[in-house]
Amino acid sequence: MKNRSLKVIGGVAASLMLVVTSLSAEPVDDTLTVNEEMTLVTRTAAPAHLSDIMDEVISGWHFRGTETRAMQADDFDNPGMIFVEAGEDSWNTAEGSEGKSCADCHGDAADSMKGVRATYPKFSEAAGKVITVENQVNDCRENRMGAEKWKYAGGDMVNMTALIASVSRGMPVNVAIDGPAKETWELGKELYYTRTGQLELSCANCHEDNYGNMIRADHLSQGQINGFPVYRLKNTKLNSVHARFKGCVRDTRAETYSPGSPEFVALELYVASRGNGLSVEGPSVRN
Amino acid sequence: MAKGVKPRVKVPKKAAAGETITIKTLISHKMESGQRKDKEGNVIPRSIINRFTCEFNGETVVDITLEPAISTNPYFEFEAVVPESGEFVFTWYDDDGSVYDTAKKIAVN
Repeated sequence: MKNRSLKVIGGVAASLMLVVTSLSAEPVDDTLTVNEEMTLVTRTAAPAHLSDIMDEVISGWHFRGTETRAMQADDFDNPGMIFVEAGEDSWNTAEGSEGKSCADCHGDAADSMKGVRATYPKFSEAAGKVITVENQVNDCRENRMGAEKWKYAGGDMVNMTALIASVSRGMPVNVAIDGPAKETWELGKELYYTRTGQLELSCANCHEDNYGNMIRADHLSQGQINGFPVYRLKNTKLNSVHARFKGCVRDTRAETYSPGSPEFVALELYVASRGNGLSVEGPSVRN
Repeated sequence: MAKGVKPRVKVPKKAAAGETITIKTLISHKMESGQRKDKEGNVIPRSIINRFTCEFNGETVVDITLEPAISTNPYFEFEAVVPESGEFVFTWYDDDGSVYDTAKKIAVN
């Protein structure tokens, strides 16, 4: 009798072990080639400022399932490209008191916007602070077109930033963290390591200490933002960086900063700098 | 007419005679099911693509009936055998009577 119950316990212990080991969610070894012609850098050596913390930076693409990864490898299958086309339509549409469209000044986005996504957020002499692509778009709308500003993380804005990201795909993220941007970068770094909310979690607790592990049913990635804006299968739309930050901070059960706030701009600069060297991927596809 | 509707298709430009090719199609459309309600509790009227067809040189390749449960931006991927050079014609029929079509030529060598 005693023997049998021992066996049962042994069996339970073995199956528990199995569950525990299957909970790891290591990045998948795979190569991202878009449209069979453009191979993106999705893993690379960590930038110098991170070298004490991690050896390698890895795009969130590696942490997703086979089907999700495949969707991003073909522009026809990538639902984010529908929004890029919508962004192109508004690129060519004249609006505001000046009767100008983006195209009237900037011509073809494929040429004029190439490389923009890779270097933003960056310090603007004119604004006297670090600005994001969204800030720049709204500055153009307000001051050059005489049009109303778009909502920071609204549909029109995210379509436009998707267009701007898409023409830089394959170029390495390379945001400046020194010079006039240093102060903002330091603030972003502080926010990254500050625990927030009732759960007292910082960005680092999940995305630095636990990437490759499961958080409930989801894989934790490094939280890289080289793929933004990202088409998420869970809400079937494009999501901007700041909307994602807001979601994460909310999940720690904290009051969040708002999209477009100086805090999120600083955090965006810092998180972007953690992905210096990875290819711009936006619009990417994630869960 | 529903807003922002735009058909897209992907067909290889060339094929060998008798080769089976893969065709991908997608139309951006909100596919409002008619089951949802707005903030005031009124039913949002149904507005979907209800039929999709593909023809090759006048011959039907597929003819599909779509139902309200199909999601936004319906995507179809199917295979076809191409016996000769010709043109694929794709047609989507909207609830509101609009018809959207697009065509792609393929060369058989």
